[in-house]
Amino acid sequence: MTPGAQNRTLLVSQIKDGTVIDHITAGEALNVLTILGIAGTTTESLSIATNVASGREGRKDIVKIERRELRKEEVDRIALIAPHATINIIRDYEVVEKKGVTIPRVIRAVVKCPNPGCISNASEPIESAFEVLPKGLHCLYCDWMITKDIASHII
Amino acid sequence: MQHIISIRDFSRRDLDHLLDRAEDFAAGGYDRNLLAGKIVALLFFEPSTRTRMSFASAMARLGGDSISVDSVEASSIAKGETLADTIRVVSGYTDAIVLRHPKEGAARLASEFATVPVINAGDGAGQHPSQTLLDLYTIRKSMDIDGLEVGILGDLRYGRTAHSLAYALSLYQVTLHTIAPRGLEFPEGLNHELHDRGMEVKAHRDVKEIIRDLDVLYITRIQKERFPDLGSYYDVASSYRITPETLQGVKDRLILLHPLPRVDEIDPRVDSTPHARYFEQSRNGVPVRMALLSEVMR
Repeated sequence: MTPGAQNRTLLVSQIKDGTVIDHITAGEALNVLTILGIAGTTTESLSIATNVASGREGRKDIVKIERRELRKEEVDRIALIAPHATINIIRDYEVVEKKGVTIPRVIRAVVKCPNPGCISNASEPIESAFEVLPKGLHCLYCDWMITKDIASHII
Repeated sequence: MQHIISIRDFSRRDLDHLLDRAEDFAAGGYDRNLLAGKIVALLFFEPSTRTRMSFASAMARLGGDSISVDSVEASSIAKGETLADTIRVVSGYTDAIVLRHPKEGAARLASEFATVPVINAGDGAGQHPSQTLLDLYTIRKSMDIDGLEVGILGDLRYGRTAHSLAYALSLYQVTLHTIAPRGLEFPEGLNHELHDRGMEVKAHRDVKEIIRDLDVLYITRIQKERFPDLGSYYDVASSYRITPETLQGVKDRLILLHPLPRVDEIDPRVDSTPHARYFEQSRNGVPVRMALLSEVMR
């Protein structure tokens, strides 16, 4: 066992059933949970490891969620802040499915438009909607572009 | 169902098609009953004289009717109704909705809830596509748009008509000259976008350094509220004012445009020069809006 693998084992124990999100950009684990709608008040058992040494990224975060299998469209929402994340579905300690995340073309109800004059910030029955472009996020309502610090605009 | 929300949704072909239609209407040989029996709602949540009247006039010329809310204060909006609900309800009364609203993106939202076409007549600092179409129409009436040197002067940071026109012109072979006071230049993002779309954009501080090369000068208002005090406003505004003296040595074919209302930007003595086209531009609002209304209610 490599020293890195040993560290991981020490930091986060194995889960029997659920989802492991690996290779999250270091420091983004809590934002990932926010996007997935998993807060301290939800019932899932969570293990979070941040800034774990990793050969590929140098440092990474890992999130393990017990007894909940995340669907692909749920986890794709995290691609914005953790584009290299991998999703492992675990059943009876075995990885039964492993997949990457795909950046969706449009993200809804993930990011709040920073433009105070945008209709998506008014009391209307709509969700924020952004088109994902190479330069950043483009608000489909007011055309505002978010080019940096996307995490700080997460709802 | 076709909505008219943002100039960004148009291809050059779409724009040319609408401008051709507007030209046909302006020429007069059209069916006066083209929209007979149709009703458009003029839903204006912000004051407007020209846009609202020219849409009403355009509808009347095509034989249709328009209905409107007299005052927002007296309506259900004042009672806290959402725009989404208002649009759903008004959709049931009319064949199209012309919307002006203070929030950016309001027309996009309206198009999601409407069961009839929506035409954006200005959403906050956002889009105002019928204004851009009539600007293009006025230019095209004087000369081919391709190959022009176009100047845009004034408050280019906040001016939605300037942004929208620049974006539309990027579909043509145009060199754009921006002339703005310090702090009121084009937003950086828009500059990049225009550049990415293959448009050459040159920034200037002083109109005199470029006006002799221009075919079109689009003048926008510099607003007092953008300045910390009246003194600094007058300093800047006076140096951006177009006078007969500014026009010395310009090309014969130079046309001056302004979305109106103007305040101090153009000396009234300029009005009688052959360059002044802003009142004609305002008149062109009617055939352009006839083209839009007939397009969405075909």
